[in-house]
Amino acid sequence: MGSPPAAPQHLIEEVRGDVTFVRTDPNLPPVAIIDRSPITRRHRLLFGAIAVLGAVAWAMIAFLRGETVNAVWFVLAAICTYVIGFRFYARLIEMKIVRPRDDHATPAEIYENGTDYMPTDRRVLFGHHFAAIAGAGPLVGPVLAIQMGYLPGTIWIILGAVLAGCVQDYLVLAISTRRRGRSLGQMARDELGPVGGTAAIVGVLVIMMILLAVLGLVVVNALAESPWGVFSIAMTIPIAIFMGVYLRYLRPGRVSEVSLIGVALLLLAVVAGGWVGHTDWGVQWFTLSKVTLSWCLIIYGLAASVLPVWLLLAPRDYLSTFMKIGTIALLAVGILLARPVMAAPAVSQFAGSGAGPVFAGSLFPFLFITIACGALSGFHSLIASGTTPKLLEKEGQMRLIGYGGMMTESFVAVMALITASILNPHLYFVMNAPAAATGGTAETAAAYVNTLGLSGQPITPTEITDAAAGVGEQSIVSRTGGAPTLGFGMAQVLSVFGGSGLKAFWYHFAIMFEALFILTTIDAGTRVARFMLSDGLSNLGGPLRRLHDPSWKVGAWVCSIIVVAAWGSILLMGVTDPLGGINTLFPLFGIANQLLAAIALTVVTVVVIKMGMLKWAWIPGIPLLWDLTVTLTASWQKIFSGDPKLGYWTQHFQFRDAQEAGKTSFGAAKNPEQLQDVIRNTFIQGTLSIIFATVVLIVVASAVVMTIRSMRGRGRPLAAETPVPSRIFGPSRLLATPVEKEVQKQWDMLGDSPAKSVGTSAH
Amino acid sequence: MGHAGRLARQVRWYVGSLMGDNHYQRYLTHRRRDHPGEPVLSEAQYWRMRHRQTETNPGARCC
Repeated sequence: MGSPPAAPQHLIEEVRGDVTFVRTDPNLPPVAIIDRSPITRRHRLLFGAIAVLGAVAWAMIAFLRGETVNAVWFVLAAICTYVIGFRFYARLIEMKIVRPRDDHATPAEIYENGTDYMPTDRRVLFGHHFAAIAGAGPLVGPVLAIQMGYLPGTIWIILGAVLAGCVQDYLVLAISTRRRGRSLGQMARDELGPVGGTAAIVGVLVIMMILLAVLGLVVVNALAESPWGVFSIAMTIPIAIFMGVYLRYLRPGRVSEVSLIGVALLLLAVVAGGWVGHTDWGVQWFTLSKVTLSWCLIIYGLAASVLPVWLLLAPRDYLSTFMKIGTIALLAVGILLARPVMAAPAVSQFAGSGAGPVFAGSLFPFLFITIACGALSGFHSLIASGTTPKLLEKEGQMRLIGYGGMMTESFVAVMALITASILNPHLYFVMNAPAAATGGTAETAAAYVNTLGLSGQPITPTEITDAAAGVGEQSIVSRTGGAPTLGFGMAQVLSVFGGSGLKAFWYHFAIMFEALFILTTIDAGTRVARFMLSDGLSNLGGPLRRLHDPSWKVGAWVCSIIVVAAWGSILLMGVTDPLGGINTLFPLFGIANQLLAAIALTVVTVVVIKMGMLKWAWIPGIPLLWDLTVTLTASWQKIFSGDPKLGYWTQHFQFRDAQEAGKTSFGAAKNPEQLQDVIRNTFIQGTLSIIFATVVLIVVASAVVMTIRSMRGRGRPLAAETPVPSRIFGPSRLLATPVEKEVQKQWDMLGDSPAKSVGTSAH
Repeated sequence: MGHAGRLARQVRWYVGSLMGDNHYQRYLTHRRRDHPGEPVLSEAQYWRMRHRQTETNPGARCC
């Protein structure tokens, strides 16, 4: 661990044409390259061509009507927009706001310890960062948003990422890197003061609870009454434990080897699920109700958060990283090979009416709430601060990691959207409308969706049961939560590999893959939340100070139980909700995630203004304003709307009045218990909405106070650390430029020098 | 070595760095360079230390 030298930094600059080479030590090759060469003619033509191709693709998506919009146009529009956004907008942000200094050491270099602080090759770190930010979110949100048609979702996912999500991730990474890798909560306290900082930390914790609960709900809905699914997911636990034991006692460090074995076992578990699901004992053992499954998940979450990491959490994480990257690549290839055609309308009638069965509310603001991950996800700010800076080699690589990583997640969301859009719209609503609407059987579901006024042929009950049998399930009616729909669409796409006979396999493969992510998020999230809680409580002082010691078992258990009880009770509330859990809870999930983004963007905007760059504050400011408008409008509607489908409190009072009037059934509640459930759930949901909105308003208010003070020249000083001269080199571009290659060669010649970063040696 | 061999080596290096196969090697290089002559952990001990660290400072996974 190097301590910052006190001597002022002497930079040795050597200018060669448009390129400046910067050395921090005369005996070492350059640590930074400042390349001012103008854009070449070839590049100009190339980017011009990409822009034109992108424009054509967008025109095809937006203006072509009928049944001929091919998925390939979506892929083209997305990739061309990302390339242009990365080359020009991200570059603008880099030049005007971030101004990376490759002659300054990153936290990874300063604190390098061979374990968690480690300058890592940019391509490897890109993989790490992507695996940490991408999960089930970008797969689920776009599926639900198809209710409004494919066009609004596509525009928001792609443009939202380029102008908001990527900007947030990039700038949070940049400011955290300059603050020795501090977390978002710490940065909020440093930059916004104690009130704003505390509100931000409480906000993060509450928001995490709702995220974990809704992700749990997605898994429960996908697995309920599906012996095949339950068996294959249950098998992931012994597989992970086997991997953990293998790595600890048999062959330590052989991570790829054990992960490959794990993936093979996982595939076997999916196949075996098909056999087990068709035996009498299999059906008897593994057909679990939603409530039982929720309890299993709660017990699992608690166990995973107190069991040793090496036994369950770490091996599961390896599996999930492998599966994530593998399956997403497989899906991309599948879409390009199958080139499916959209079945969903471009814009559906629910976009305007706001009366869609999947989630209530009109396009603005609820589309932007439903698709959070993939366009703008606040959760990423927790990874971009704290985790990734500890591995970052060079400041110049932040654009690739932060901005580029989010672009990749956005692309995953586009693929999820394509996958759901190719499904027959009737079937889509059969799967996604809540049971209160479909009635739960194929006959009632067919009757219900045929009244929705969808285009195309009406659906028959036989078609529904055939579709279920095709993927090896008893029923697909009201399998809400997005995962089954995505699984269904993926089965259709991936049938290009091996024909339609493998449809049931691919469906359960997709379910398993999503559940695997979600369980990984749940066990890691429970653990992270437990540490946040014990950290926060220990700051209160008194006997609680003891919680600061992570080895205090009682404290760890108590905090874990509190965390699991918090998300577990919301989960149970969701699965027993007579109105349909996803329908009522998913908006809360989206609002929570977007409000976290509002907190992150607020911190970033304040930092940009404090750095004296008011002129460029619009870059984080526009996504911040947009995000605040969307989330606060949504919160307002959820709290105050007079429409019982939309407003939690209106619904609450309606059901309460019905109960007081002595009614035993009302609306979707068929008996007095359900009536009571609705009254309780709407109360909790309404209260959470108020808490979220209040916390964010406090954070924003303290940011406004800080900004005004800072503009009057008497604010808190900026919390950035004094820079330390760097003694390593790493190219900034994904593909190193000729100049970068030349410098890299000079460093490679040094061999095992005291200055060479050890994390980077592909050569 | 042909192109295929180089490509295979690069894929191996990439997967190994991403998943952790060569992390112990990295640790050894780091110790040799920055703390020469000091004792180093064995591979099993190194991974125990890594996992202990994750235990007290878990990395979040996103939704």
